[in-house]
Amino acid sequence: MFVENEEFAARLEAMGELEREAAYEAVTRWFAENSGKITHHAHLAPAHTATTVRLDGGEPVVTDGPFVEGKEVVSGYAEVEVADLDEALKLARSWPACPVVEIRPIA
Amino acid sequence: MSAPDDGRGSREALAHVVREHAGRLVACLVSLLGDFSAAEDLVQDAVETALRRWPVEGVPDRPDAWLLTVARRRGLDVLRRETNHRAKLARLRWPEPGEGDDRLRLIFTCCHPALSPEARIALTLRVVCGLSTAQIAAAFVVPETTVAQRITRAKRKIAAAGIPYRIPAADELPERLGAVLAVVYLLFNEGYLSSTGDRAEARDLADDAEWLAALLAGLMPGEPEVAGLLALIRLHRARGAARFDSHGRLVPLAEQDRSLWDHAAIAEATAALTRAARAHRRPGPYQVQAAIVACHAEAAGFEQTDWAQILVLYDMLLAVAPSPVTRLHRAVALRYVKGPAAALAELTGLEEALSRYPLLHATRAELLRALGDTDQARLSDERALGLTANPAQQALLHQRLDQAHGDVRYG
Repeated sequence: MFVENEEFAARLEAMGELEREAAYEAVTRWFAENSGKITHHAHLAPAHTATTVRLDGGEPVVTDGPFVEGKEVVSGYAEVEVADLDEALKLARSWPACPVVEIRPIA
Repeated sequence: MSAPDDGRGSREALAHVVREHAGRLVACLVSLLGDFSAAEDLVQDAVETALRRWPVEGVPDRPDAWLLTVARRRGLDVLRRETNHRAKLARLRWPEPGEGDDRLRLIFTCCHPALSPEARIALTLRVVCGLSTAQIAAAFVVPETTVAQRITRAKRKIAAAGIPYRIPAADELPERLGAVLAVVYLLFNEGYLSSTGDRAEARDLADDAEWLAALLAGLMPGEPEVAGLLALIRLHRARGAARFDSHGRLVPLAEQDRSLWDHAAIAEATAALTRAARAHRRPGPYQVQAAIVACHAEAAGFEQTDWAQILVLYDMLLAVAPSPVTRLHRAVALRYVKGPAAALAELTGLEEALSRYPLLHATRAELLRALGDTDQARLSDERALGLTANPAQQALLHQRLDQAHGDVRYG
């Protein structure tokens, strides 16, 4: 799971056109280089588009915004097929964009 | 069979026999079954049986074969439904000498950075050193259920998250080895700092740490930092007999009876450190720390300490591993090179980072006392006292506060 924070968003915002293009290109290249291992991936629309439904308080409660009002938000995910955690870590280390990557097995 | 005996000595001897064989057996079973958790369970069962039966029946002549037989029998029992595992277990045999030591893979798995630091320590002690959950709980003074839970969670994560059972590739090795050495060093600190009289019944973790470091040094002869850590541990332990007085009180370095130090062990560790440093020319934090301790250990008396050399080594250490605690220790060395006022000035910059660290306040107290400011010194000593939970350090600070004019230094 790819996780963005405010600093990252601000940095992206502050980039010039060329710089931003290069950043996007790095991401595209990463997906191309690892296409053999990536079975599925998606980029999510920004956190302000999120709507959360809480089902744990009797009546479902619908609120705007992501499930935690934190400084870090999930911005996308990629499903990868790797032998073990070390291989997943290696992939995550080479990820060129947002500053946090959470690795979790698919149940 | 050796004669049964139920004294502390024999309990320790038993633990040592288990330590020599349990990790090897787990390593061998993980390779065979490909299932870390099942392998560990089988060996832990065998170890617990051994700890119950050996004190009564005596240690068998071939403890490794005994553990293997019990683990296999237990395996055939509990893995009844898993025909795949059963077929493999039937082929289980003790590895021939020279087949390589699988325990290195085991250590890297137990110390994987994806596990919490507490879990790494508990898992390493249990899986590699063969300690029982009860022994780990006693050593860290935490409830046995807490340790059991940590180990269960860690084993579950190893399986679910796919933490591999292998030695990391060359490009990952420096970082991963760092995590392994950190576990061994933490273990050593825990054992060494808390080795006071009131914990005499507890397992000597410093001993386990030295054993682990020696095992690693044997398995990774090309890594000077491993040799550095082993030398560091041995240099500290060589001075162990002088660290506490007959009442179990901590004796500061300046007042230690150096004739109680194990000078042969000091010479040996220093020589090993020098060999590793010369052969590889890759200095790192453990080698430098060991060199600092060697400087102290080789001085004939406190007055003969080569503080200028120690100061140089602290600068090296700060260059490879900057930390406020190291800067504090450097300030102590600076006192003996440039005087207490210069050292005190250094502490000013550390106040924020180390405000809750008792040694900062104890050091400031010493420096203030050396400069004649006994009132401020007392306040700093009291501050230190309020921050430490270590009984030996508490006793030393009380002693200092009682004899307000003494110039007692920290060991």
